[in-house]
Amino acid sequence: MTYHLEFSALLPYWQDLAWGLWFTVVLTVVSTVAGIAVGTLGASARSFGPPWLSGLVRVYVELIRNTPFIVQLFFIFFGLPALGLKLSETTAAFIAMVVNLGAYSTEIIRAGIDAVPKGHIEAGVSLAMTRLEVLRYIVLRQAFAKIYPALSSQIVIVMLGSAVVSQISAPDLTYAANFIQSRNFRAFEVYFVVALIYLVLSILLRYLLRLIGDRFVRVG
Amino acid sequence: MSDFSFWIILKNLIWATQWTVYLSLIAFVGGGIVGLILLFLRTSQVKWLEVPTKLYIEFFQGTPLLMQLFLFFFGVALFGIEVSPWMAAGLALTLWTSAFLTEIWRGCVEAIPKGQWEASGSLAMSYIEQMRYVILPQAMRIAIAPTVGFSVQVIKGTALASIIGFVELTKAGTMLNNATFRPFLVYALVALIYFCLCFPLSWFAKRLEGKLNVAR
Repeated sequence: MTYHLEFSALLPYWQDLAWGLWFTVVLTVVSTVAGIAVGTLGASARSFGPPWLSGLVRVYVELIRNTPFIVQLFFIFFGLPALGLKLSETTAAFIAMVVNLGAYSTEIIRAGIDAVPKGHIEAGVSLAMTRLEVLRYIVLRQAFAKIYPALSSQIVIVMLGSAVVSQISAPDLTYAANFIQSRNFRAFEVYFVVALIYLVLSILLRYLLRLIGDRFVRVG
Repeated sequence: MSDFSFWIILKNLIWATQWTVYLSLIAFVGGGIVGLILLFLRTSQVKWLEVPTKLYIEFFQGTPLLMQLFLFFFGVALFGIEVSPWMAAGLALTLWTSAFLTEIWRGCVEAIPKGQWEASGSLAMSYIEQMRYVILPQAMRIAIAPTVGFSVQVIKGTALASIIGFVELTKAGTMLNNATFRPFLVYALVALIYFCLCFPLSWFAKRLEGKLNVAR
């Protein structure tokens, strides 16, 4: 038996794909912004906070970095309702993504903070800057410039990882692919096209992050 | 009664963990072999070998692992080839791993000073000989830490095989949850087992990294 590829079978479903793509993009953008915010706070607490807070952040980072995203997602979506915290699949997807990227970016930004020479902090303090000012203008600024490439690739990885949220029925691009596949039984065509869409998305995202980096994140 | 089912859940999860371990080993070893071959092609300086390798890496690094699993599992079956979850998961994870390992190792090869290439080239060594006797032995030293680090990603990646019906730790968790309706406990245990698998490797990778920095 030979199988004939039939990509036109996808055409009637272009709107499903478009909505899925939109969801994936929004999910990525929101969780990137929120995740980096969490990471900045986490890294600051890890480097300059009191020992108990620093330890707590460390546990959070190690727990998330050493477990699969899908298990985190299932835990949040299926596990938390048992404690009375019921979340919609969309909310659970957003929370899981932020929690996940938050942990990774904490670790990445912390590495950047570690690389800032101690003399710079002392110089800032001796100029009568407050601790927050030192953190904001001296430490974080340099840290971000140093770790920006690592952070960018983590964002792309998280975007690709977001395909997993389809498993709790969050309506992302992969969910759309599964839906279409269940309608027209053209599994290979659907997944191939959607894989290519992800590929384009990741190339565009990398390009966009480089533009943002060139514009806003400068060394010195 | 509730104590009883806790032990049954834990026992089943630990039993299922072996499949996560096997799949990780297959993906890691297979990915390492394919990755090494790709590394030779990628650094060969021969254009028609390099470009396809680049595209291969771009595809596997630029698309979700989940999509790759679907493509292998659902896609290939349509061409009349019977694909078991074992095969699809093993193959997809191997190729995915190989793409990442190639890129990691390429970075290590490129970190070797150019003089090493020139010196070995001037001794009339062929490209394969240069790699085998001069470049790789040095590159391997730098490559160990990131490679161990990446093995953690491989273990976590195998969790996605559950979606195409491969019964490993995550799938066992889903099945146990369906049977016991104790999602909080089940997924917490699943996460804990993954943590026990991954954390030592992460820790080891970090230690190796530190050691190497001191040596330099």
